[in-house]
Amino acid sequence: MLLNVNNLSVSFGGVHALNLDHFSLRDKELRVIIGPNGAGKSTFLDIICGKTKADKGEITFNGKSILGKTEVQIAEAGIGRKFQKPSVFPGLSVYDNLLLAAKMKKDIFSSLFFKSTPALADRIHSVAVKLSLTNVMYKLAGDLSHGQKQWLEIAIVVLQDPTLMLIDEPAAGMSDEETEKTGALLLELSKAHSIIVIEHDMKFVEQIANELVTVLVRGKRLMEGTFAEVKNDQRVIDCYLGRTNAQLETL
Amino acid sequence: MKTNNNTLLYILFIAVFAILLPAGYLSGLLSVNTISVWGRYFCFAIAALGIDLIWGYTGILSMCQAFFFCLGSYGIAMHLLLKKTATAGAVLPDFMAWNKIETLPFFWQPFQSFGWSLALCLLIPAVFAFIVGFVLFRSRIKGVYMAIITQALTLAMWLIFLRNETNLGGTNGLTDFSTILGFPLSSSSVKLGLYMISFVILCGAYFCCYKITHSKFGKVLQAIRDSESRVSYTAYKVVDYKLAVFVVAALLAAAGGMLYLPQTGIITPGRMDVKASVEMVMWVALGGRGNLKGAVIGALLVNFLYSICTSLFPDSWLFILGFLFVITVLYFDKGFMGLIDSIKQRFSATRFKTPQTTH
Repeated sequence: MLLNVNNLSVSFGGVHALNLDHFSLRDKELRVIIGPNGAGKSTFLDIICGKTKADKGEITFNGKSILGKTEVQIAEAGIGRKFQKPSVFPGLSVYDNLLLAAKMKKDIFSSLFFKSTPALADRIHSVAVKLSLTNVMYKLAGDLSHGQKQWLEIAIVVLQDPTLMLIDEPAAGMSDEETEKTGALLLELSKAHSIIVIEHDMKFVEQIANELVTVLVRGKRLMEGTFAEVKNDQRVIDCYLGRTNAQLETL
Repeated sequence: MKTNNNTLLYILFIAVFAILLPAGYLSGLLSVNTISVWGRYFCFAIAALGIDLIWGYTGILSMCQAFFFCLGSYGIAMHLLLKKTATAGAVLPDFMAWNKIETLPFFWQPFQSFGWSLALCLLIPAVFAFIVGFVLFRSRIKGVYMAIITQALTLAMWLIFLRNETNLGGTNGLTDFSTILGFPLSSSSVKLGLYMISFVILCGAYFCCYKITHSKFGKVLQAIRDSESRVSYTAYKVVDYKLAVFVVAALLAAAGGMLYLPQTGIITPGRMDVKASVEMVMWVALGGRGNLKGAVIGALLVNFLYSICTSLFPDSWLFILGFLFVITVLYFDKGFMGLIDSIKQRFSATRFKTPQTTH
């Protein structure tokens, strides 16, 4: 197993945001995590990438514990994160965004005396082609549309060449066409990387969930199974629809 | 097109300050004081470059650049004072004798030698910046807290330097120097020489900063300004980068201070009080932050304005500066350079009737 999580818990001001008994991910697996708002999906990714500190539990990545490591150490270990709200460098051109992301030595002196190589330019170009960014290479990232920013952030993560990609709501704010393209891209990426995707859009989940889907509810793992199993599970339906129905009934 | 504009600007800058001004002096049109005044402005501009690097590019508002500037000035002042005392045949500088000090304090000793003084003037601010930066950046202090802490630090240092017990001249500071490396400071040719040295160092500092901001290192700095967390998740050690740029900014401020001293002939703690440290940031804000040309032009322009205003309406300088600052913050947040850019854009828009995108 590439990623192993046991008894992970974190609470914010007494509220249990996450209380995960077990979670594991194979190498080159694409896993989708779904769940209603406040289920702790983003919090889970935050803990893996070092943004949030867990109260207790253990996470091993490639056999090594990554709990308590800094963001940089975790990124160096091979975990890349795409956030829910696109997080790019708005004041830099798209090309520079990609250049900074590309896997290379990242200490001060390497950066100061950095010279671009044709191989690197090719690599950046090929990722840009995949994410339809070639037309906007010299635009400021801050001037891109929301969908383009989403793609740019995915491109940033891809260029880091991580073993594990944590992708938070990639299809949010995208048109149907863009969503489908994103799905196809994630499927292609999953041939070479392990990926965890958080998503709300069920059509999109159906497109990419060839393997397991994990359902989180109120910080706990409700179930894990194929998309068909999850879709027809009464508990899942209840937690997505039940409460609304219950409210309707009381009316 | 853009590079042409830049080259033109550089040539104009060098022509005015390296040829026109000295020629004006040599032909008797300008007094040597004017030359010296501009030489001092160059020193401010060098410090402003550092502020632009750390604030304009990296987004860290450091209010202790005035303190680093003073460290450079004080170091050179100590050396010049010791030299003067030695030539006069005394053991201690006058103010120490008045304070009934009997032996030269230990930290004055290395400043007997010019080489050591130069080295220490740069080394002390660098080490100081490294330690302060290390503590602040590691505890992830940023934004307004960073500004408040660095300002408080400058204030604390100001209070320490004010005390007679610090043996740095107290409120009166250090003054009354006679020679530098044997050349009399009062001579016009030495003043012209210092002016030229300041100018050359300003150009050198500009060139270095230009190289830094156009390297990948510079892009990382801007990335830190835009989205620090993304930089971390992209595996850059943000603390290292912030520390490096903080030390470079401190060095630039100190270098400015070192050149400033022999041209003014006095350094007092007033150079690093709250007003002075805010003013230094204002040069960059008014000139245009995140733009090296803006920092230089801002420092030169504001100080030039200062000398005009203080002679015309001596009491209202702070009001004028405050007014300028408010206008800049409200209407052109990219400062003077941003204003020029937008005028240029509008001009070309009306001339070529090209639609302009606004954001």
